[in-house]
Amino acid sequence: MEIGLGNYLSVAAIIFTLGIFGIFLNKKNVIIILMSIELMLLAVNINLVAFSAFLGDLVGQVFALFVLTVAAAEAAVGLAILVVYFRNRGDIDVENINLMKG
Amino acid sequence: MILQAIAFYVFSTVLVGAAFMVIAARNPVHSVLFLILAFFSAAGLFVLLGAEFIAMILVVVYVGAVAVLFLFVVMMLDIDFVELRRGFLQYLPTGVVIGLIILGELLLVAGIAIVTPETAGLAAHPIPSVATRTNTGALGDILYTNYIFLFQAAGIILLIAMIGAIVLTLRSREGVKKQNISDQVNRRREDGVEKVTVRPGQGI
Amino acid sequence: MLYQTIVLLPAIGALAAGLFGKWLGPRGSGIVTCTLMVLTALLSFIAFYQVAVAGNVPEQAVIFFTWFDVGALEADWAIRVDTLTVVMFVVVNTVSSMVHIYSVGYMSHDPYRPRFFALLSMFTFAMLMLVTADNFLQLFFGWEGVGLASYLLIGFWYKKPSANAAAIKAFIVNRVGDFGFALGIMAIFFVFGSVDFDTVFAMAPSMAGREFEFLGQQFDILTTICLLLFMGAMGKSAQFLLHTWLPDAMEGPTPVSALIHAATMVTAGVFLVCRCSYLFEYAPGALAVVAVVGAVTAFATATMALVQYDIKRVIAYSTCSQLGYMFFAAGVGAYDAAMFHLFTHAFFKALLFLGAGSVIHGLGDEQDMRKMGGLAKQLPWTAGLMIIGTLAITGVGIPYTIVGFAGFVSKDVIIETAYEAATAPGLFAFWMGLTAVAMTSFYSWRVIFMTFFGKSRAGQQALEQAHESPAVMMIPLIILALGAVFAGAAFHSFFVGAGQEHFWQEALLFVGDEHAVAGMADGPALPRWVVWGPFAMMLVGLVWSYHWYIRRPDIPQRIADNNGILYRFLLNKWYFDEIYDFLFVEPTKKLGHFLWKQGDGWLIDGFGPDGVATSVLATTRRIVKVQTGYVYHYAFVMLIGIALFVTYYYVRSVGAF
Repeated sequence: MEIGLGNYLSVAAIIFTLGIFGIFLNKKNVIIILMSIELMLLAVNINLVAFSAFLGDLVGQVFALFVLTVAAAEAAVGLAILVVYFRNRGDIDVENINLMKG
Repeated sequence: MILQAIAFYVFSTVLVGAAFMVIAARNPVHSVLFLILAFFSAAGLFVLLGAEFIAMILVVVYVGAVAVLFLFVVMMLDIDFVELRRGFLQYLPTGVVIGLIILGELLLVAGIAIVTPETAGLAAHPIPSVATRTNTGALGDILYTNYIFLFQAAGIILLIAMIGAIVLTLRSREGVKKQNISDQVNRRREDGVEKVTVRPGQGI
Repeated sequence: MLYQTIVLLPAIGALAAGLFGKWLGPRGSGIVTCTLMVLTALLSFIAFYQVAVAGNVPEQAVIFFTWFDVGALEADWAIRVDTLTVVMFVVVNTVSSMVHIYSVGYMSHDPYRPRFFALLSMFTFAMLMLVTADNFLQLFFGWEGVGLASYLLIGFWYKKPSANAAAIKAFIVNRVGDFGFALGIMAIFFVFGSVDFDTVFAMAPSMAGREFEFLGQQFDILTTICLLLFMGAMGKSAQFLLHTWLPDAMEGPTPVSALIHAATMVTAGVFLVCRCSYLFEYAPGALAVVAVVGAVTAFATATMALVQYDIKRVIAYSTCSQLGYMFFAAGVGAYDAAMFHLFTHAFFKALLFLGAGSVIHGLGDEQDMRKMGGLAKQLPWTAGLMIIGTLAITGVGIPYTIVGFAGFVSKDVIIETAYEAATAPGLFAFWMGLTAVAMTSFYSWRVIFMTFFGKSRAGQQALEQAHESPAVMMIPLIILALGAVFAGAAFHSFFVGAGQEHFWQEALLFVGDEHAVAGMADGPALPRWVVWGPFAMMLVGLVWSYHWYIRRPDIPQRIADNNGILYRFLLNKWYFDEIYDFLFVEPTKKLGHFLWKQGDGWLIDGFGPDGVATSVLATTRRIVKVQTGYVYHYAFVMLIGIALFVTYYYVRSVGAF
C-alpha cells in the first residue's frame, strides 16, 4: 500500500497531540513538560521533512535543521532554569508553582 | 513498496507508543528513556523519507545531547516516584475533548489535502537526485550560500543559550579555593613585597 | 444728586460698620451709622417737600448703570422719584433713624453692636432700593434684600436656637410669597416684553380684558399677573395664610421689630400694590381678592391678639391687622388711603414697639405681661408715650373733623371708603374692619392696663429694679409720639383730602369712581352711623378692656376657663402653625428623607459611584481567580485558544456555517 503524505502527517498529528496532553495532564513534575515540548517540536520536524520529501523542496529540511537547533538551545536554557528553580524551592512539584497567583 | 510500508508502520507504531509512555510513565527516568526511543524511531522515519542528514543530526543532537541532558537533570534532581495525583481527573474530560478536537482537525487536513500539480515546479530548491548529490551535500550547497545568515543566526542563538545556561546556574561556593585571575594580574608591588629591616637575632 | 445721596448714605453706613466695625468699635459704629441715618432722614424731608408739596417731580429716572441688556430684557439700576417714593422715603428714613438712635441705648450691653448697626443700615439701603426702583427687577432686588436683612436681624442672637428657627421660618414663608412674585415678574416680561415700570404701565390699558388659555381654561391676563404680585405682597406683609412668620419674628431684638416688622419691610407689600395701581386698576378680580384677604387678615389676626400674653406678640398681631386694613383699602381702589394709613401707622407702631422695648429693658428683659402690672409709677414717661401710641392706634378723635390722633384720621377714612365702595368685597371689608376696630381697641388698652396699671403681678425684685430708660432711648420715642399725634391731621389734605391730586400727581392711578376721600370734601354724604361707627366701636373696646382688666381682673381668667376651646383656638393662633406643619412641613420632611435615603442613597449612590465600585470589586474578585499561578492552567487555556482558532479557520475555509 502506498505510504503517502497523509500518513506521515497523521503520525505527526498524533505525536503533537500527545505532546499537548503531556503539558497539561501531567501532575508529576516540570521535566515532563519540557519533554512534551520536545515531542511537539519533533512532530513539527516530521511534518516539515515529510513535506520536503513529497514536494521535492529542500527548504523543508533546512527549516527542520533550524528547528532542531532552536529546540536544543531552548532545552538547555529550560533545564538551567529548572535547576536554579530546584535550588531555590527544593522540589519541582507542578502544583507548588503558583507564586504568580493573582 | 511492501518493505517500505512495513517499515513505516513499525517505526510509527513504536514512535507513538514511546511518545505515549513518555507522558504516562511513573518513573521520570523511564520517561527520558522512552523519549530517546521516540527520537530513534523518528530518525528511522526520516531515513525512510530520504532525509538521512536530518535523521543523523536528530540522533546526534537530540539523543546524544538533549536527551542526555534531560537524564542528567533528572538524576541530579533526584525526583521521587509520584503516584497518580487526585487532581488528574479534574481536567481529563475537558482535556481529552480538546485534544481530540485538535487531532481530528489535523487528521482532516491531512486527509483532504491535495497537492496541486503546479507546486512541483514551484520548489525553491529542488532535491537533486541521489545519484548526483547526496542529501548532505545538497543541504550544504544551499545552507552555506542561500541561508548563510540564518545559519549564523542559529549559531549565535546557540552561543547565547550556552551563556544563558551558565549564567543561570553558576554559583560560587564558599570554602573552595579558586584563583581570581584579574586580582592576580592587577597586583601591585606594594601588595606583594614588603621591605622589613631585620635585626640580627630577631625574627620578623 | 439729592436722591442718590439719600439712597447711598445708608449703604455707606452699612459698609463702614460692617467692614470696619472692629476698628470703629461698638460706639464708633453706632455714631457713624446714626449720623448718616439722621442725615438721610433730613434729606428725605427736603425731598418730600420738593417732590410732593412743591410738585417738582423729576422727569426722568436717575440712572446709575445698566444692569441687564440681554435680548429683549433691559433693566437699569435707576432711581425713580415720585410722590409714592418720597412718602416712603420719609417713612423709612425717619423710623430707621429713630431706631438707630434707640438701639444705641437698647443694645448698649451687646458686644456685637457693629454687626447690628451694619445690618440695620443695610436693611435701610435695601428698602430704599425697593422704593426707588424703576423696574421690577430692581424692586425684586430690594425685596430680597430686605428679606435677607430681616433673616439676619431676626436671628441676630444666633446662639439661641429659637431665634434661628424663627429666622428660617420668616425667610421660608417669605419665599413662598416671593415665588408668586417672581412668577408675576416673569409673566409681566412675557406679556409686556419689558420690566420697566413706565413701559409696563403705559401698555397696561391695552391688555385689560385680554385672556390666555391654560389647561383648557381661559384666564384674564392682568388678573393673573396681579394675583401673582399680590402673592408676594402677602408673604412680605404677613397677610392671612402667610402670616405665621411675623409673631415668631419677635425673637429678634425690639428695635428690629420696630423697624422691620412694623414700619418698613411689612409695608413693602402695600407699597407694591400701590405702585402697581396702574395694573391693579384694570384687574378688578385681583382687587377683590386683595380686599377680601386684607379684610380677613384684619379680623383674624385681631382675634389672635386678644389673648396673647407676650407684649411684643400682641403688637405684632396688631401690625398684621393694620396691614390688613391697608390692603383692603387698596382693594377697594383707595390707594391714597392705604398709603396714608401706612404713613401714620409707621409712627405709632414704631412708637408702640420701642415703648414696649423700653418696658422690657426696664424690667430686665421680661416680656410676659402676666408678670407685669402697676408699672406706671416706675416708668412714667414710657407709660405716657405708650398711651399716646395706643390713642393713635385705636383711633381717638372727633368724627366729622380731622381733629384726632393719627390713627383716627387714617383708619376712619379707610372704613368709610370701604362702605362707600358698595361692592361685595367692599362691604365685607367694611364689617370686618368695623369689628376689628373694637378688637384693636380692646387688646391695645389691654396691653396698657396689664402693663402699667392695676395690681402688680411682677416679683418684688423686678419692681425694685424697674427703671426708666435713658435719654437716648426716650428721645426717639418722643419724636415718634409727635408724629403719632400730629401726622394725621397735618397730612390729611395731602394724602386723601383736597390737595391730593396735586400731591399724588401720577404716582397712583384711579380708574372710575372708586377712589377715596370719604365724606369729607366731596362725594355723597355717608350715613351717620357709618361715620360714628368706628368711634363707637373704639369706645366699646376701651370700656370692655377697662372693665375686664381694671375693675374686675378675675373675669378674663374665668372666661378663659369656661370657654377653653375658643380660648385655646385663639391662643394657638387658630392652629395655623400646626396645620401648616401637618400639611407642608411633615410631608416635605418625609419627601426629603425619602429622596435622601432612597433616591440619593439607594438609587444614585447604589447604581452610581458605590454601585460601580462594588460591582467592579466583585467582578475583579471573580476574574482574579483566573490567575491561579499554575503554568499548566495557562498552557491549558492557550491550548483551548488554539483549538478555537484552528476550528474557526477550518470552518471558514471549508465554507460551512
